[in-house]
Amino acid sequence: MSDQPAGRADVVLQASGLRPGPLAAGLAAAVIAVLAGLTIGPVDIAAHRVALQLLDGLPGVTIDSGLSDAHAAIVEQIRLPRVALGLLVGATLSVSGATYQGAFRNPLADPYLLGIAAGAGLGATIAITSNLGDGAGVLDPVPLAAFAGALISVTVSYVAGHLGGRSTASLILAGIAVASFLTACQTYVLQANSDAFRQIFAWILGRIATSGWSEPALMLPYFLVTVAVVLRYRRALDVLAVGDEEAAALGLEPRRVRMIVVLAASLGAAAAVSVSGLIGFVGIIVPHTVRLAFGTSNRLVLPLSVLFGGAFMVLADLAARTALAPAELPIGVVTAFLGAPFFVLVLRTSRREIW
Amino acid sequence: MKNATPPPIPKPGGAPVKNAVSVRALDVTLDGTHVLRGVDLAASTGEWVNIIGPNGAGKTTLLRALLGLVSFDGEITIDGLSDRRRSSRARKVAYVPQTPVIPPGMLVADYVLLGRTPHRGVFAAETANDRKIAAEVLTRLDLGGFGERTVQSLSGGERQRAVMGRALAQQADLLLLDEPTTALDLGHQQDVLELVDALRRERGLTVIATLHDLTLAARYGDRIAILAQGRVAETGPPADVLTVQNIAEYFGASVRIVDDPDGPVIVPTAGAGRDPVAQNGDQP
Ligand SMILES: Nc1ncnc2c1ncn2[C@@H]1O[C@H](COP(=O)(O)OP(=O)(O)O)[C@@H](O)[C@H]1O
Ligand SMILES: [Mg+2]
Repeated sequence: MSDQPAGRADVVLQASGLRPGPLAAGLAAAVIAVLAGLTIGPVDIAAHRVALQLLDGLPGVTIDSGLSDAHAAIVEQIRLPRVALGLLVGATLSVSGATYQGAFRNPLADPYLLGIAAGAGLGATIAITSNLGDGAGVLDPVPLAAFAGALISVTVSYVAGHLGGRSTASLILAGIAVASFLTACQTYVLQANSDAFRQIFAWILGRIATSGWSEPALMLPYFLVTVAVVLRYRRALDVLAVGDEEAAALGLEPRRVRMIVVLAASLGAAAAVSVSGLIGFVGIIVPHTVRLAFGTSNRLVLPLSVLFGGAFMVLADLAARTALAPAELPIGVVTAFLGAPFFVLVLRTSRREIW
Repeated sequence: MKNATPPPIPKPGGAPVKNAVSVRALDVTLDGTHVLRGVDLAASTGEWVNIIGPNGAGKTTLLRALLGLVSFDGEITIDGLSDRRRSSRARKVAYVPQTPVIPPGMLVADYVLLGRTPHRGVFAAETANDRKIAAEVLTRLDLGGFGERTVQSLSGGERQRAVMGRALAQQADLLLLDEPTTALDLGHQQDVLELVDALRRERGLTVIATLHDLTLAARYGDRIAILAQGRVAETGPPADVLTVQNIAEYFGASVRIVDDPDGPVIVPTAGAGRDPVAQNGDQP
């Protein structure tokens, strides 16, 4: 506490936030992933023509992309919805994971922590085994049942966790108990209907499959709600990083903040799971990669998880459908197969302490 | 700061001094344990009250009650605080916890800016004024060049000052310090307490601190309260409260007390009554 040189207090102090550099990197990743997803496939279509075709699709813009009608149709009716779904699902799962990690102050938290995966799995299993019919799109019973199962399990975990003392630990333990119970139920239903095994297994491994625009349209509102709520609370999540007690002493209502962001994240994750199955790993790997690369403040982790999560999923889906073409790999396999080594690489090269 | 000569505190006894805090008949039960029983305590504006007492006496719990972090029976009045919202309280009361949570990867600048939360609101970005206040606090705490470091990477003493910085950035009138010097070496203990004292004189802060070092408690406090088994056992000026008997009774410690111009010095002894100086302390 020696005397300070005069004028030191004038040094401008910067708060962490989304700086132009990282934002540009995230946007570039998303754009590159989208163009790659639209360009690469059984028929390769030049990226600049794809870009022109997309611009042509904008209202009030007329550009001749030079694509044949067949190629234009492939881009706009087959690849574009699929890329859009990949973006939405990847972005939602990543931002949900980042939110869970912040809200529970736990690096291992992912969107499935409170039983979303188990609940959705049970719901889907029941729908598939009971042959509820196969209405397409919004009326398809499998995603509806998965969505219901996911929301029920999160709600039960939350209520049980609060009964057990309201700490984050009791909430996590309640989630584990609920997930185990629902997984046991699912196993039981599966055993009784072993003929449906393949179909259920395929659902669990996940897929970014579209029939026209119905899946992305279904996903879009949940994505928007989740991202809007969670980003609004990004500063509150930074305050929560000092723990409930100190956050409360700083004027925050920690439990209310946690409940709002966790429910918003859960809603998005439940929707993502119900359209795409259980795609693991994204919710953990993308937020941590962002932290390692750019810093731990939720002001940048949350928005960048949206961009990089979307990009990652589109690229993973691209790999899933091209690696063994014409066969498709389950997307969950690809996210882990590509994601794990990449993450180890990032861990090795980053010198940032993130947890 | 050490060589600055601070203006004297207005002497109590002149104009009636307002109570910055008053606690009456405070009872706190935590998980079935009756932790605080009928605690009465007041601190007038600008006063520094030290709470001492053995481990488990309830010191931290008392501070947490003042922060509204535990439910209680009885009455707590904080000057100027009328509504029960957490953000209102956080503008009036700042807290340096005994064992602060160090958020992984958080930069010192962001950490100190957390102190502005109750002023900016949860959803708003910090203003230029918030950043200016945080920068001033950092400079004041000798952490001027540390803004871009992570809190994790700081040494124990630097960390403690960062936590202090967050509390000071709150610009609250009442500062609650829970063993703020425990992690620090002697020099840094003094630095922190001197800083608090200087700020108290500049801004009229009221300070309630828990301290384990009784000599420091005597030197920096206007008044000392002994908390034992959830009750306020003694309260008064340091020289009256820090007696050999009280320390033996409430801390189970055998000490002698050396009178020093700056206040009583508490010296642990190997066995009672062997040193003639101890007799001086016995009869204050
Ligand atoms: N959450 C709690 N549940 C039950 N007992 C508690 C809780 N917190 C503190 N206590 C008990 O209250 C007493 C006072 O604790 P504390 O206020 O931390 O003491 P001090 O700060 O004086 O060491 C201790 O006996 C402690 O075990
Ligand atoms: Mg304590």
